[in-house]
Amino acid sequence: MVSLVFLQRELRLLARQKADWLNPILFFIIVLSLFPLGVGPEPNMLRIIAPGVIWIAALLSVLLAAERLFKDDYRNGVIEQLVAGRQSLLPFVLAKTFANWLSTGLPLLVLSPVVALLLGLGQAELGAMALTLLLGTPLLSLLSVLGSALTMAADKGGILLALLILPLYIPLLIFASSAIEAASMGLGYQGQLAILLAMLLLALALVPMAVTSALRINVS
Amino acid sequence: MFKWLDPYAKSETLYHFCGKLLPYLMVSALALLLLGNIWGLAFTPADYQQGDSYRIIHIHVPSAIMSMGAYAAMASAAFVALVWQIKVAHWAVLAIAPIGAIYTAIALITGMAWGKPMWGAWWVWDARLTSELILLFLYLGVIALNGAFSDRQVGAKVSSLLALIGVINLPIIHFSVEWWNTLHQGATITKFAKPSIDPSMLWPLLISILAFAVLLMALTCLRLRTAILVNEQHRPWVRKLVGG
Repeated sequence: MVSLVFLQRELRLLARQKADWLNPILFFIIVLSLFPLGVGPEPNMLRIIAPGVIWIAALLSVLLAAERLFKDDYRNGVIEQLVAGRQSLLPFVLAKTFANWLSTGLPLLVLSPVVALLLGLGQAELGAMALTLLLGTPLLSLLSVLGSALTMAADKGGILLALLILPLYIPLLIFASSAIEAASMGLGYQGQLAILLAMLLLALALVPMAVTSALRINVS
Repeated sequence: MFKWLDPYAKSETLYHFCGKLLPYLMVSALALLLLGNIWGLAFTPADYQQGDSYRIIHIHVPSAIMSMGAYAAMASAAFVALVWQIKVAHWAVLAIAPIGAIYTAIALITGMAWGKPMWGAWWVWDARLTSELILLFLYLGVIALNGAFSDRQVGAKVSSLLALIGVINLPIIHFSVEWWNTLHQGATITKFAKPSIDPSMLWPLLISILAFAVLLMALTCLRLRTAILVNEQHRPWVRKLVGG
């Protein structure tokens, strides 16, 4: 119940600050459209690099959104009040994560057919890409909430956040792009999906705990 | 059970304890380092295949092993710091991090120098190289995160938390990188199916590994002492010590 109240608040904030979630999506599309300009428009070349390019663009755009996740709540004292309230921070953290996924992960999923069109991907790769995005973007949201909570009170965020969470993204990047690659070669990719799901579940169990303790440390 | 450990959570006791250990550690680290490296670099027979260039193993392998050992030590300190709320353990985390980062950098650089004549390339995207590189990023993350806070106590706690998160993530990264590599191509060059190393080469190597471990301890003691002084500068015992 409490989570729903927090979620409502997050969504209302997002509705009022459209730039926060529109900019990362625009960034995703811009990065994707730069690659063909950089490496040349040959469809074969694009099809080879597509899996990696899609996921790198997704990681960077999620990173862009991550920086401001907790900053405002920290500055105007919301988090301090929550910690002082002596109640579990879990509903707040879960609502934050879910709202972050709704505003950055879900749009990428919705955009995936457009991406497939841009990079000349076939039906099979599109399916694989959508599935990896479905499993991978919640994990991205969890990790960026974590990174954002760690750097919330830091004086200089930016590049620091990238240094912290990009290494955490690496396993995801490896398995997600290898799933799309396997699909493009007509191979099965259930194994990669299973590992992505396992990583998601592990993160879902552990990350909220780490985030709540990071929030407490930062206001103590 | 840990009653005997309790006094060392106090910064003053720990400061003097580290001070007592430091000369022994420094001298033995230096002695072992000289012994292991001179023996390894000058007096072992040359490898039948790699010739003399294999001798870099006496620096490369110890630094690589101890770069991981340092991470384990750092993460244990972080665990102690966060679970039992012990301040000096936070400082220990920050004392170890730069040493570990330097060890990792040494392992990477010597590895590249070794790779060039052996594999013909400075860098190969092999699983081991990649995870060592990521280890370096994790160390740098801990150091950078600590530097980003104006409140030193918060910075220390947050970087301990990051060190602990890294320890959960490290095996995941390690195995995913390994699978990533084998998905693309079999590791052909690095897996030199080792005929167990000849004793004449093994002993200096073991001594060098020990030397790097003792050096790690010595440097940690040194840095921890400095950290204690800096963080406790307002305490009477520190003032008396530095005569201010």
